[in-house]
Amino acid sequence: MSATLFFAQALNGIQLGVLLFLLAAGLTLVFGIMNFVNLAHGSLYMMGAFIAATLYNHTGSFLLSAVGVVVAMIAIGFLLDRIALSRLYDRDHLDQVLATFGMILFFNELTRIIWGPSPYNMQVPPMLEGTIDLFGIAYPLYRFMIIVVGLVVALGCYLLIHKTRVGMLIRAGSSNRMMVGALGVNIRMLNTLLFALGAALAGIAGLMAGPILSVQTGMGEPVLILTMVVIVIGGIGSVRGAFLAALIVGVVDTLGRSMLPWILREVLSPSAANAAGPAIASMLIYVMMALILALRPQGLFPVRHG
Amino acid sequence: MKMTPRTIATVLILLFLGCVPIYAQIAGEPFYLALFGRVLVYAIAAVSLNLLLGYGGLVSFGHALFLGLGAYSVGILSHHGIDNGWLHLLAAIVVCGIVGLISGAVVLRTTGIAFIMITLAFAQMFYFLTVSLNEYGGDDGMSIFQGSNFGVLKLDDPLSLYYTSFVLLLVLLFAMHKLIGSRFGMVIRGTQTNERRMKAMGFAPLPYKLTAYVLSAIVCGLAGVLIANLTLYISPSYLAWTTSGELVVMVVLGGLGTLMGPVAGSVAFLIMEEVLKAWTEHWMLVLGLIIVVIVMVSRRGIIGNLPGGSR
Amino acid sequence: MTLLRADHLIKRYGGLTVTDDVSMTVNAGEIHAVIGPNGAGKTTLIGQLSGEIKSNSGTISFDGNDITALPIEQRVRRGLARSYQITSVFPDFTALQNVALAVQAQRGHSFRFWEPTTVARELNDPAHQALELVGLASRAGTRVGDMAHGEHRQLELAMALACEPRMLLLDEPMAGMSQRESETMTELLLRLRGKYAMLLVEHDMEAVFALSDCITVLVYGKKIASGTPDEIRRNEDVKTAYLGEEDDDLAAHPAAQEA
Repeated sequence: MSATLFFAQALNGIQLGVLLFLLAAGLTLVFGIMNFVNLAHGSLYMMGAFIAATLYNHTGSFLLSAVGVVVAMIAIGFLLDRIALSRLYDRDHLDQVLATFGMILFFNELTRIIWGPSPYNMQVPPMLEGTIDLFGIAYPLYRFMIIVVGLVVALGCYLLIHKTRVGMLIRAGSSNRMMVGALGVNIRMLNTLLFALGAALAGIAGLMAGPILSVQTGMGEPVLILTMVVIVIGGIGSVRGAFLAALIVGVVDTLGRSMLPWILREVLSPSAANAAGPAIASMLIYVMMALILALRPQGLFPVRHG
Repeated sequence: MKMTPRTIATVLILLFLGCVPIYAQIAGEPFYLALFGRVLVYAIAAVSLNLLLGYGGLVSFGHALFLGLGAYSVGILSHHGIDNGWLHLLAAIVVCGIVGLISGAVVLRTTGIAFIMITLAFAQMFYFLTVSLNEYGGDDGMSIFQGSNFGVLKLDDPLSLYYTSFVLLLVLLFAMHKLIGSRFGMVIRGTQTNERRMKAMGFAPLPYKLTAYVLSAIVCGLAGVLIANLTLYISPSYLAWTTSGELVVMVVLGGLGTLMGPVAGSVAFLIMEEVLKAWTEHWMLVLGLIIVVIVMVSRRGIIGNLPGGSR
Repeated sequence: MTLLRADHLIKRYGGLTVTDDVSMTVNAGEIHAVIGPNGAGKTTLIGQLSGEIKSNSGTISFDGNDITALPIEQRVRRGLARSYQITSVFPDFTALQNVALAVQAQRGHSFRFWEPTTVARELNDPAHQALELVGLASRAGTRVGDMAHGEHRQLELAMALACEPRMLLLDEPMAGMSQRESETMTELLLRLRGKYAMLLVEHDMEAVFALSDCITVLVYGKKIASGTPDEIRRNEDVKTAYLGEEDDDLAAHPAAQEA
């Protein structure tokens, strides 16, 4: 394996990590502050992808689609919260798990009805085609853009959480949910805001993933589970933890898949390597999660609770 | 035994399930044998999950893992020409026991939301493993040509399989009944209600939870052995998160923490699925809505709403 | 003889020191009360002694052995049991089952998967005895969720007793009780005195002065006085601490007037 290939894969890993962060940031706050298990977060990601793809295919403008997706997802997040989910915030986790599980089934079938069962095509926008020269390698421009956007959003999240009043409430709520309510903050509004923010982030992730992954029914759940691994590793309720864990997971998963078969071929017979390689590569992230949990059950950057 | 609505329901359900093959024979509809064969298998899996979820309060969203491990134990051995039922059984028990022990030891270090997510993640890990096992069908799965052969009993014969499953279910229900009232059962139930107090009394909860987890895994693995023989097919879909979700729905629908709940839930859920599938191709939409409604309306479940629970 | 010894216990939550260098001893068979205004850190102290709260520093020894690092379940096994200020029982089980469970914890391991606990005499007989001791014998078969608050407090005590302790940590056993209920509980504790050592956190001054062999006063986590009830009655610092804090002015309290 050459250094260029390694480097390119590492960048791909960061790109995946950044996408996972967009999903994990919203979800970890929903888990940590609202104590709400939202399995339907993957559906939000899926909806974002479908809406973005539809907008893009009809308008041809990536920028317009981006704006449209964010607006649409905030609206959907708001509606979901008000109509259905707010009833569940006070229920126990089992209820939340079941209800959001039912919603996944519902939304998956809904997208199948509206857009059909085959993958819905979304092309890379022409202005973002091609490659960019990074440290001597030609890296796809579109993927690079994802990394940039992701980092910008991460910075935005950091500023929001650490430099604004709303952010302070979020941080306070993360370590002591009850107190924030007792202090007279409108918890309802905060919850809705958090949820809508998470939906918007998921939508952006869906938008950006559209051209490189396949936009189809059920695309949300594999990503959701990976997102949950990120959150567990990072520490529930910690956005900083989600950021670092997302990068770690993204890089380990991508490099693992590309390098493991190669490494195994050096030590095992070709047939064994070909059989074991993909198997171990796909399990790698989970094994890593299990190891981290065995040592630190609350994750790498647990939020300390007051 | 007192004649409460619950005991009546229990007797009726079990009687019904026991008589299905007779009806199927008379009416010449082998379909019912297959359908209720599935009901029995899922009932066994749901009973195992009920120990964790209903009595233990542990929301495991990855229980399909053990269903799949049991099925693959049969499939892989059969693929290599081994059709000895005892070996199939042994393999399923050992594999589920070991995986249950290791994953349980990791998983039970967490609680709440983390616990739910990690059980899901573990199941997913093995799902991807089975997908990547190209020799055993990979993503598509593969057929099994020889079922489990126990000598006098061949499980690929539908009728033998049905009654084996039925008897196993009866034995399990009886065992659960005893388990729940035993010292072990009281510790599990007490820990769900008030773990803090249990520790204050001197119980260390972890070993008991882990034991329940492993027992639950092994029993679910037995269901896996049965399902492999029922469908004569193994596929990663047995380990899919949706399967785990369906098991949870069955337990809750039937009645958490009741003896017959999982069985009633399995019957109700699978019949509902059949009815919906016949009605519309978009049955998943309706199913999803129904699940949401169930949660919003009542969580005591079918059996839970019938008076007459003991203890 | 000294049964429980706490040395220089400290507990901090962030910048707040809740337990501030508290040292005390409890002798076998004696009733030692801990009193103080609200927020004095009494429940935290019990938590540290029982093992549910990890101290920042300080040591605890029980019967000569250092138990500072032991978790709660092991301290119970050694004979140090606690009851809770806010009732913490098993509402869906009967009173008998609640207490039998406490007995069960002391009877080896519970990896017995078959025999119903309802017919286990080695569990139920001691449970019946504990219930009788606290006056709940007639309610043995009642579902705890259906019982009155005062009965819950009695059950709390029964469950602590069923652990066969040598010392009880009682966190406001009379919380929320009526006058009559408190008197019954006081009589009960008097009957138990001598057989069990007790550390008693209570606000009910009448009970405290009637029961205690020794009283320690905590204010803002610090021990400001410790001694016999008489000594405490006369202690100026204690009077200052209480004056203006509660209506239960220590000096004016009828119980404190008894010579």
